[in-house]
Amino acid sequence: MALGIGCTARPGNSRNNKTGSWRVFYPVMDTEKCTKCGTCQLICPEGCINQNPDKTYSIDLDFCKGCGMCAEECPDKAKAIHMVKEEK
Amino acid sequence: MEGSIAIAETVRLCKPQVIPAYPITPQTHIVEGLASIIADGRLDAEYICVESEFSALSACIGASAAGSRVYSATTSQGLALMTEVVFNAAGMRLPIVMGIANRAISAPLSIWNDQQDSIMMRDSGWIQLYAEDNQEAIDMHILAYKVCEDYNILLPAFVCFDGFILSHVYEPVDLPTQELVDSFLGPFNPYQKLDPKDPISFGMYATPEYYMEFRYEHDQAVHRAAEAIKKYGKEFGEVFGRDYSELVVGYKLEDAETAIVAMGSICGTVKDAIDEMRAEGKKVGLLNLRCFRPFPSTDVAKALAHVNTISVLDKNVSLGAKGAVAIEIKEACYGSNIPVYDYILGLGGRDVRKRDIKKIVELAEKGEGDMFYGLREEVL
Repeated sequence: MALGIGCTARPGNSRNNKTGSWRVFYPVMDTEKCTKCGTCQLICPEGCINQNPDKTYSIDLDFCKGCGMCAEECPDKAKAIHMVKEEK
Repeated sequence: MEGSIAIAETVRLCKPQVIPAYPITPQTHIVEGLASIIADGRLDAEYICVESEFSALSACIGASAAGSRVYSATTSQGLALMTEVVFNAAGMRLPIVMGIANRAISAPLSIWNDQQDSIMMRDSGWIQLYAEDNQEAIDMHILAYKVCEDYNILLPAFVCFDGFILSHVYEPVDLPTQELVDSFLGPFNPYQKLDPKDPISFGMYATPEYYMEFRYEHDQAVHRAAEAIKKYGKEFGEVFGRDYSELVVGYKLEDAETAIVAMGSICGTVKDAIDEMRAEGKKVGLLNLRCFRPFPSTDVAKALAHVNTISVLDKNVSLGAKGAVAIEIKEACYGSNIPVYDYILGLGGRDVRKRDIKKIVELAEKGEGDMFYGLREEVL
């Protein structure tokens, strides 16, 4: 991407800015264990957990910063999300 | 004509469309003058009475981003209050021209002249030009717009002139005609602007992947400004008859053994002192630094290559280090083995006279330098 002089940007530009690069740990979702309760989607501060047509959830790693709140808040009976260290 | 009024009249000739300003001594007469000019219908511009300098420059950013040519002026504490906005205006690459009536910084409170205020903004990414007299002060305003608005540059600029010593002094100036200024400058044609029909945002957020590249490009633009000032300075000479194609100007420097480096109105005093010293057979010359940012290192090194001693007159001090100009001159002359002596002087309006310049040359010849010159030992 060529830089705009004066750091100017067109509308919608934040979609191009993949903030997921900040991450140290990334969440891995086990759809077998998932009870489809939706807690992870509600708790995600970045709004990057989306519901699929089959009611399971997937995580948008382009924008997930790896805070781990989804893994922490996933109910004890499921514990469907765990954090894995990024290998860069 | 009073310096401030000459500057106000020159700004009128540059036809800025928006002037947000807040009065502060010794800049007041400039913005007062501009307010009168607009009220009298001699300039079609929006004059915004703001509640602080922070707002003044913020309004400049908004107006410039919206596609207007803008002007403001300030000094000292006003510039200090603007600090955050100064860096923003530069990072957004907006061609704002601002006059600085150089004044000391508090505390202790002083309304008098030195150059600490603009030196404080050394690293902000603005162009900094320093005028020796009021003619240069007004010429540099016109030149600054020309350089700043070049699409290859797109930077804001400070035009610095010593408070009171220039701003309040009456001296003859050649005020150019409107036709000449129009032919040199032309109307402002923004590179990009805020437009609801084609929206953009200025000064966006840059992640660690991009921030350094923005800073690099900004730095490159400030470096490029050196050639642009020379090019348009030459063009200025062809149009107005006064040449600004050099960022450093020598006075009796060609055969000088001792060189004095200085910035601003003090150069006039130095020239008179040099004339008297030459009459006594002392080979002294002056290097007048017209442009502090971009810093013309190569030009300085070339101009000073033949001298035996360099004395730098600093109307500022980087406390705990040296004067800002001396630091740059030492860097420019690194490897040459020419001794560079720094003299901090004229702070807070302390007069510098011809006899002081002569005394400094004597001190430099004895190898005594890197000092506050002219301290009143009895009050310490």
